[in-house]
Amino acid sequence: MSIVKKHRTMDIVLFIILILLAAIFLAPLLIVLMNSFKSKFFISSQPFKFPTADTFTGRENYIEGARKIKFFNAFGYSLFITVFSVIGISLATSMLAWYLTRVKSVFTTVVYYLLVFSMIVPFQMVMFTMSKTANLLHLDNPIGILVLYVGFGAGLGTFMFSGFIKTIPLSLEEAAMIDGATAPQTFFLVVYPMLKSTAITVAILNTMWVWNDYLLPYLTIGIEYKTIPVAIQYLRGGYGAVDMGAMMAMLVLAMIPIIIFYLAMQKHIIRGVIAGAVKG
Amino acid sequence: MQKSIRRYAALFVLPALTCFFIAFLVPMISGVILSFFKFSTVLDGTFVGWQNYKLAFINNEFATSLWFNVRFTLVSVVTINIGAFALAMLLTRGLKGTNAFRTIFFMPNLIGGIVLGWIWQLIINGFLLPKGVTIVTDPKYGFWGLVVLMNWQNIGYMMVIYIAAIQNIPVELIEAARIDGAGNKTMLTSVILPSIAPSLTICLFLTITSGFRLFDQNLALTAGDPGKQTEMLALNIYNTFYRRTGFEGVGQAKAVIFTLLVALIALTQLAISRSREEEA
Repeated sequence: MSIVKKHRTMDIVLFIILILLAAIFLAPLLIVLMNSFKSKFFISSQPFKFPTADTFTGRENYIEGARKIKFFNAFGYSLFITVFSVIGISLATSMLAWYLTRVKSVFTTVVYYLLVFSMIVPFQMVMFTMSKTANLLHLDNPIGILVLYVGFGAGLGTFMFSGFIKTIPLSLEEAAMIDGATAPQTFFLVVYPMLKSTAITVAILNTMWVWNDYLLPYLTIGIEYKTIPVAIQYLRGGYGAVDMGAMMAMLVLAMIPIIIFYLAMQKHIIRGVIAGAVKG
Repeated sequence: MQKSIRRYAALFVLPALTCFFIAFLVPMISGVILSFFKFSTVLDGTFVGWQNYKLAFINNEFATSLWFNVRFTLVSVVTINIGAFALAMLLTRGLKGTNAFRTIFFMPNLIGGIVLGWIWQLIINGFLLPKGVTIVTDPKYGFWGLVVLMNWQNIGYMMVIYIAAIQNIPVELIEAARIDGAGNKTMLTSVILPSIAPSLTICLFLTITSGFRLFDQNLALTAGDPGKQTEMLALNIYNTFYRRTGFEGVGQAKAVIFTLLVALIALTQLAISRSREEEA
């Protein structure tokens, strides 16, 4: 039984409306793609026209843009920082969450609430002091920034892992420990394998955050090591007109990895985002 | 069992907690302290009491950005949630291609704020072209540009949350209402809306919070132009820190106010969800 009474003609009308809406949703992406093949002089003046023989420039914008912002270096930094931040967050916060859930003390309670509190604090609150601290401790490089991401990701990760660990019955862990397993053995061999679905959610939420993050890498490592968002904003330059040709091409290159990631992991992503929204 | 876990406290707690300390706790505490100091690096401050907080409001700039931000958030919260709920209703009727539509509508949510800002700058300027103006000619263009961008990015996200909620309504409830002769309108107001109320709360607060925290999109779409008139809170704080020397303390004071505002919103949400759980 459907939630709404069904009418055949109604369904056809709604289907057509959905097709139109989908076209409107996709149009911005297609317009950027189309303009990325046009000469930079014809983008701002006729953004909705297809390239013609006069305005078509082939790969030129891509070559020029990639040269200007060193796109492939930026891609490398983004990939490195995202992959290792996500691994670091998943490991460190699942371990912390297990400890905080299983050991009850004033210390663990205080730490837990501090972590939850950190989730609601906006980045602007700490951006200045954090970037100064990062400089002071020489964390202003692609490896050091991982510490910052694990620190900022600690709140959500720990919160989501402890939410799940609370539902795991103690008996399995107790049995393992009675058989002589140490705490690390118990965690990695018994508990960790059960955390898989939460780990996927945590990994996806953090991948989307770290990959798209602009301000943190800009403030800490932005001069020497530009991630993709930093490199794209860098095209704006200080003064003068933006090279819209290079911009369009770089927007396309920036979106391709995200769209591939999305189409490959769609189910996990949507499920993860819902879980994150509901619990966060 | 607690005892044997405690023996490995350092292993489980230190990795995440050290990072949390460096990236969040130290910057947070020093940020609050520094909001009462005049400084340009972290270590050269002189105590000035509440002066930074007074200076934050001495000209209208911060209040103007707060007002712009409030109006922007109100309009986008309403439009996003109505749009998302309408799409969710359309996609839970068992129409053909439902999954494909869901994929398309959700996709913009994965694209980072900087990239989104540049995509929409091209498109909005394209629409304004016949008028001979650009998005930074008049703040109302920037305002509606940001609203459109925000809708494009978030409708799909809220939609998947509403879809999950609608699909969770028990079939028996719908059948019973049908047998009692409920039409589509009664079904909507007496069955669907009450059943998805918790998700509605979640979506409202997610959109309110992201409206107030918005930074990347604001920077890439208008950068606050013309003349700071489309500058929202996060961007205003950023510019106070990094575009004016001698105002770091004021920036930090604004950041504290901003944090209190965001925390207040989060606590309100918590209170609403708590009272609902108690009723249930």
